[in-house]
Amino acid sequence: MIPERAKAFLLPVAVLVLLEIWARAIHLQSDSLAPPSAVAIALVEAFKDGSVLTATRDTLISAFAGLAIGGAVGLAFGIALGIFRIFDRLMEVTIESIRPIPSIALLPIALIALGFGYRMEIVIVAFACVWPILILSRAAIGGIEPRLIEVSRALRLSPADRVRKIIIPAALPRIFLAFRLAAGIALIVAVTVEIAINPIGLGAAIMTAQQALRPDLMLAYLLWIGVIGYLLNTGLVVAQRHLFGRAALVREAT
Amino acid sequence: MSRTAAASQRARFPDPERPQIAFTDVTLDLGGKTIIENISLDVKPGEFLCIIGASGCGKTTALRLAAGLYQPTSGTVTFDGKPMLMPRRDIAIVFQDYGKALLPWRTAAGNVSLALEASGMPSSLRAARIDELLKKVGLPSHAGKYPAEMSGGMQQRLQIARCLAQEPKALLMDEPFGALDAMTRQGLQDEVLSLVEASKATVIFVTHDLEEAIYLGDRVIGLLPHPGRIGIELRIDLPRPRDQLTTREDPEFLRLRRELFDFIKASEA
Repeated sequence: MIPERAKAFLLPVAVLVLLEIWARAIHLQSDSLAPPSAVAIALVEAFKDGSVLTATRDTLISAFAGLAIGGAVGLAFGIALGIFRIFDRLMEVTIESIRPIPSIALLPIALIALGFGYRMEIVIVAFACVWPILILSRAAIGGIEPRLIEVSRALRLSPADRVRKIIIPAALPRIFLAFRLAAGIALIVAVTVEIAINPIGLGAAIMTAQQALRPDLMLAYLLWIGVIGYLLNTGLVVAQRHLFGRAALVREAT
Repeated sequence: MSRTAAASQRARFPDPERPQIAFTDVTLDLGGKTIIENISLDVKPGEFLCIIGASGCGKTTALRLAAGLYQPTSGTVTFDGKPMLMPRRDIAIVFQDYGKALLPWRTAAGNVSLALEASGMPSSLRAARIDELLKKVGLPSHAGKYPAEMSGGMQQRLQIARCLAQEPKALLMDEPFGALDAMTRQGLQDEVLSLVEASKATVIFVTHDLEEAIYLGDRVIGLLPHPGRIGIELRIDLPRPRDQLTTREDPEFLRLRRELFDFIKASEA
C-alpha cells in the first residue's frame, strides 16, 4: 500500500518521469524547455555558487519589507476605518479611486523617484499589500460580535483598552488571514518588479538565464520560486493554527 | 416592604425607600417604530423585579434602557437619582447569549479579570479575587479553561462571575437561563438567589418563563406588546428562602401562575 500523504506526489513524479523520457527520446534542443534532470542540475549548481541564495535574499528582503510597511499602513487604516464610521465615509472615494491602480503601473514613477534597487521595489510591494490588509481588517472589525462591544461598553473600558483588549484580539484571526493573502501578493509583486525592470532578486535571475539562453536555469529558478511560495504559505498556515487554534475551535462550536 | 408611591418620595437626600432605578414616562422609538411606550417604574434598592411578556413586547429593550445601552426618546431613566446617560460600572448586565458575551480568547480567569482590569484593580490583587469569584459561582477548578471548553451552564456561571467582579449595585439579567436545560436552570436559579441575597444587589430579571419569574421575584411586571407597556404588576409575597419543591407547590404560587398565564394569553390574543 502507498501511504496516504505520498499519493499527492504520484502525479507530479509521473509527469516528471514522462517529461524526462520524452526530452531524451527527441533529443530536446529548445530555448524554453529543458529536461527535468538538467533543471535539477542547474538548480544544484546555482546553489553551489551561491547565486540562488543571493537572489532569494534580495527578493525576500523586498517582499517582507514591503509587506511590513504596506501591512502596517493597511492595518492602521483598516482599524481606524473599522472603528470610526465617519472616517470610513470620508475616505471612501479616495480609497476606491486609488485601489484599482495596478501596483505595477507605479513602476515608471517609482523608478524616476527612487531609482533601481530595494527602495523602489519595496514601495511597489507595499502599495500592493496595503489594500487587501486594509479592506480585510476593516471587514474583520465590522464583523466583531456586537455583544462583545456591548460588554466593553457595560464595563466602561477606556477607548484604548477597548481596542487593545476587545477589538484587536477579536479581529486578529481574520487580520492574520489578510496577512497570509498579502504575503503571497508581496512575493508575486516583488518578482514581477524584478522581471520587469529591477536588476536584483529571483525575477532578474530568471531574465538573465533567459537572455543567456539557459532554459534549464530559467526553469530551475521558476521551480525555486514555487518552492518559496509554498514554504511561505505553509509556514503561515502552521503559525495561524498555532496562534489561533482556540479561536478556530470556538467558531466550529458555535 | 411598604407599597408607598415611591415617585413622590424621590428626593435628593439618601432614603432607603428611594427607588434605585426609576423609569419616568419612558418612551423609546427605534427605526420609526415605538418599542416602549410611556413606562413608569420604580425599583427599590435590593428589590428583585422580574419582567415577563410575550416575545417582542420590549422586555429586553426595557432592560437595555435600565443599563444605559439605549437612551429613551422621551422620559428619563435614573439610577440613584442620577440620569442614566451611559452604562455604569456598578450596574452589571448578564446577557442571554453567554457564548457571545464571553471573550473566546481568554480563559475563565481571564474573562473575570476583564471586569477587574476595567475597574483598575492592580494586577497583584486580581488573582486572589478571581479565585474567590470563581469559587463563588462554583467554577473553582475551571480557571484555566476556555469558554469553548465549558458547558452552557458553566459559561453562564462564568458570565455571572464576571458581573459579580464589578461589585454591582444592580444586576440586570436578560433571560439568562433561557438557553439552558431545565435541571441546570433550576440549579442556577437557586444560586442566583443566594448570590443576590449575599450581595444585596438590586435585580431586574427578564424572562419568558412565568414560573421562573414568580419563583425568583419580589415583584413581577408583565408587558403588553406593540408598543411595550406595563399590563400587569404582581407582588410576590412567597416566603424566602424559596425552595424548588415547596415554593412551586404553594397555593399562592399556583394562583399567581394562573394569573400571569391568563395575562399572557390575553396579551397574545
